[in-house]
Amino acid sequence: MTKVTMTVNGRPQTRDVPDTTLLSDFLREELRLTGTHVGCDTSQCGACVVHVDGRAVKACTALAVALDGAEVTTIEGIAQGKELHPMQTAFNDHHGLQCGFCTPGMIMTGIDMVERYKASGLPLTEEAIRHELEGNICRCTGYHNIVRAIEDAAQKMQAAPAAAAE
Amino acid sequence: MYPTTYHKPASLSDAAAALSASDEAMVLAGGQTLLPTMKQRLASPSALVDIRAIPELRGITVSGATVTIGAATTHAEVAGHHGVQQTIPALACLAAGIGDPAVRHMGTIGGSVANNDPAADYPAAVLGLGATVVTNTREIAADDFFEGMFATALDEGEIITAIRFEAPKRAAYMKFRNPASRYAIVGVFVAETDAGARVAVTGAGADGVFRHSGMEAALSASFAPEAIDGCEVGEGDMASDIHASAAYRAHLVTVMARRAVAGAV
Repeated sequence: MTKVTMTVNGRPQTRDVPDTTLLSDFLREELRLTGTHVGCDTSQCGACVVHVDGRAVKACTALAVALDGAEVTTIEGIAQGKELHPMQTAFNDHHGLQCGFCTPGMIMTGIDMVERYKASGLPLTEEAIRHELEGNICRCTGYHNIVRAIEDAAQKMQAAPAAAAE
Repeated sequence: MYPTTYHKPASLSDAAAALSASDEAMVLAGGQTLLPTMKQRLASPSALVDIRAIPELRGITVSGATVTIGAATTHAEVAGHHGVQQTIPALACLAAGIGDPAVRHMGTIGGSVANNDPAADYPAAVLGLGATVVTNTREIAADDFFEGMFATALDEGEIITAIRFEAPKRAAYMKFRNPASRYAIVGVFVAETDAGARVAVTGAGADGVFRHSGMEAALSASFAPEAIDGCEVGEGDMASDIHASAAYRAHLVTVMARRAVAGAV
């Protein structure tokens, strides 16, 4: 067992965990943050995407012990109180989900891509969104409404300062 | 996964000591291959030595035509690095196409090269550009480094510290990828250098990444897509699995090579 401390959604969290504990298990089992979903557990589906130090990563393919001291943001940490994040609102407005299982990962990936394109000054075109989504699999929607939701959220986030998304 | 003990040394010498202290220790560089492999119980390292906290293993330096990339540098960092984009655009482009965005935020060049997966992208760039693999004990030429599927010239306990590339006149990487795994079914890296053309093929070979001498000779004479029209790609040397037959892979090698030559910058 190793003592691991990370800041999750703004709060410091310390747990004693085996060295083999995955970040996804640390979040779900230790912190009971079950919004981060585990779909494939083989790093292909993207349902477990969270932000580690501001970058989207697959929580099923990272060791908690390796992230001692890291800042982690999960789907539970992006709303401001009762006000949803623009990406969450856009998924709602555009019906970017059906069963909802992949949605936490889609939203965390969506926020990450908008922030990266914003920082680089590159246009986040529909083609770019589809390319950026290749690590997130949805078996319900056919992706069209997910892409529309991210396009919409990108416009709204463009107006806001970058830090507001985290 | 089987139990293991995690180490995060802050120096290269501590990392080497931790590696040699445990019989079945392995380096953890990004974990995007190693952790899934451990989950499947196909790997059971007694210890994991995480090299990401060693400062000299991170980062990119560009000096004239030489690009040196620290082993623990992520694919996203290589893809987004202005100096790499300017000096060896084909390398930045290759890094931008590995896996998916989340994998690129964690996976590292050193991990990819040390693992030498037969369908990985970086081995094609390292071999295609004739790069140098720098370790904690020596420097290894790419031509001497890759020794077949998942096999390299690395000794027990030897750690890659950096990969050093010399910019070619022009180069490109084209891959035909498996849409689910994002690995190359066939990937071809072509480079025109002062010493002639180099062609490295990944994904296709039954024994991992390889150079195609016939195409290299043809392209050294004339660096144009049609120059390789007569080159033979032997089916006998190709991998065959549920994703593609040997004949299909052999055909794709020529198609990808032509596209790479046509797109070389």
